[in-house]
Amino acid sequence: MAVIEAMDIARVYGKGDISVRALDGVSLTIERGEFVAVMGPSGSGKSTLMNILGCLDRPTEGRYILENLDVSEMSRAELAKIRNERIGFIFQSYNLLVKATALKNVMAPLLYARNIKRSKAEMEAKAQEVLAAVGLEDRVEHMPTELSGGQQQRVAVARALVNDPAFVLADEPTGNLDSRSGEEIMALLHTLHESGRTIVMVTHDSSIATHTERTIHLLDGKVEKIVQNGSAHEQARKIEVQHESA
Amino acid sequence: MNLREFISLAWESISGNKLRSLLTMLGIIIGVASVIIMIGISAGTEAAIEAQITGLGSNLVYINQNFSRGGPSAFQPGGGGGGLVYDDAFAIADNVRGVEAVVVEQPSSETVKAGNVNLESVTILGSTADFPSVRDMELDQGRYFTQQEVDRKQKVAVLGSGLAQELFGDENPIGQTVTVDTTKLTVIGTFEERGLVSGIDFDSQLYTPITVVFQKFTPARFARFLGDRVRQIIVEVESPEVLEGTIEQINLLLARLHDVTLDAADFSVTTQQDIIQTQEATTQAFRSLLAWVAGVSLIVGGIGIMNIMLVSVTERTREIGIRQSIGAAPNDIRGQFLTEAVVLSLIGGVLGVVVGVGGSMIFGAVSDMQTVVVSSSIILAFTSAAAVGIFFGFYPANRASQLDPIEALRHE
Repeated sequence: MAVIEAMDIARVYGKGDISVRALDGVSLTIERGEFVAVMGPSGSGKSTLMNILGCLDRPTEGRYILENLDVSEMSRAELAKIRNERIGFIFQSYNLLVKATALKNVMAPLLYARNIKRSKAEMEAKAQEVLAAVGLEDRVEHMPTELSGGQQQRVAVARALVNDPAFVLADEPTGNLDSRSGEEIMALLHTLHESGRTIVMVTHDSSIATHTERTIHLLDGKVEKIVQNGSAHEQARKIEVQHESA
Repeated sequence: MNLREFISLAWESISGNKLRSLLTMLGIIIGVASVIIMIGISAGTEAAIEAQITGLGSNLVYINQNFSRGGPSAFQPGGGGGGLVYDDAFAIADNVRGVEAVVVEQPSSETVKAGNVNLESVTILGSTADFPSVRDMELDQGRYFTQQEVDRKQKVAVLGSGLAQELFGDENPIGQTVTVDTTKLTVIGTFEERGLVSGIDFDSQLYTPITVVFQKFTPARFARFLGDRVRQIIVEVESPEVLEGTIEQINLLLARLHDVTLDAADFSVTTQQDIIQTQEATTQAFRSLLAWVAGVSLIVGGIGIMNIMLVSVTERTREIGIRQSIGAAPNDIRGQFLTEAVVLSLIGGVLGVVVGVGGSMIFGAVSDMQTVVVSSSIILAFTSAAAVGIFFGFYPANRASQLDPIEALRHE
């Protein structure tokens, strides 16, 4: 079953003669459990596509169906609800709340959840559990400034997972990390993928993109080509091999 | 997000920026404190005035010579329409129902001597026997003169406490002689200390029968015109209930005696109530002026909050973007910042109440003005602080809620 169905999506900035078509008729389908990379040079429309897939922005034209729900014309408040319930963001610069502990950062999406009402204790338990899953059970009360870049990104991963989203949207997740931490994060993403998560990763780094099952190449606001990189199992092994050699 | 979560978020943000929060609240603190202090001062002034007025004696009706109507030309010896005369007092006492006591006062200013003490310009107040009861004066020593002594023009004197002290020191003044102008009076009593009432210093006066004032202390060249004319007759009525009827009777009686119509009367009747109302109107005006000043300072405080909240929204654009990305709807962001502004205002309100109550007490203690902390002013100040927080917090909060998540996330 398709998690993401983008049909002929266009995003136009400005009006009339000075308008720019950042995205120009992009169609793609991402199935449940897939690990997909979106690649392209700067100006290719990669960020714009990420914003639309992440429901931070709406397409000017075309339809975006997320889990059989048309989100193309939703209001800001409705989109916020979709982001909260169905999308987990991982950003290049982590984007943690700097004045909150790791635990509070992971709890934050639960506070904004409208459909399920949990007690504070339940929220804390859930956040603890997810932090443990990313290997940070002994860092829950640390502030972001007391954590390394890799640890901060793992807090961000935990936060992305805490609401059990339809897919995880990772924007250059290793961009700010040294190679070792970067590999750890990639390994974490692979673990998530193997446990059944759907992951869309935006990157300009082809070596990281090849770790995914499929790479969607964008150019000038259009899908240039889609490359199959191999099965998930193979990709996970690639990482392990790299680890051993490192 | 529910209110409790909003408040805990607001508290985290406020306590994380203590100095700035305090500076932001300063306007509200000053505003609220000034509301409480100003209402305290005006309420204190009002209470002081009220105490003074009731200190004049209760249930009193004042009958005054009406110069504007009678005019100087009305001063003809023995004539009708010539103003109040001494006998009017007896007519009122004898003919009007509901009258408890009637007193006539006629002041004069003379030199007073006793032994080798010599005082210039002492007020000599001629009056009748009911004076102590009508004016609410307590005798310290001796007694007041009787109506018989008034009728017989007995040369006796009762001294105000201050005057007795000045003339005789620690000596017992009873039975001593004082010389007023050239007339010797025997002291038969002294009053207890009374203080200043409505600008009159009752303690420095000398009290003597009004007939003595007519005979001895009215300058000869005026006596021909004035005769036994009096400036004021004070009537004490039995109870407030009969006040209206008594005034009506007095008006009719005096009009008949003076042979005038009520429209062109040569006297006027006022009550304690009239005086209180005039005073109240004055303090009302004073109070509303102070309320305006306090209101303006609250508005200035609110603008301070709006300023800082706008800065705060700009500073925390990234945080807003992060919250939006993890699912905060415009309402959540608006609620967060609005709650912060309101919590700031309310904390400012609490501190303002503390400063205001403390300030009122200190002000009342160190200045000669009386202050009263009115509990309703605390509630008023507090609710207006909350209202200011909501009003001035709304614009920044709304602005925060309308931020574009993509722009906000990109903000450094």
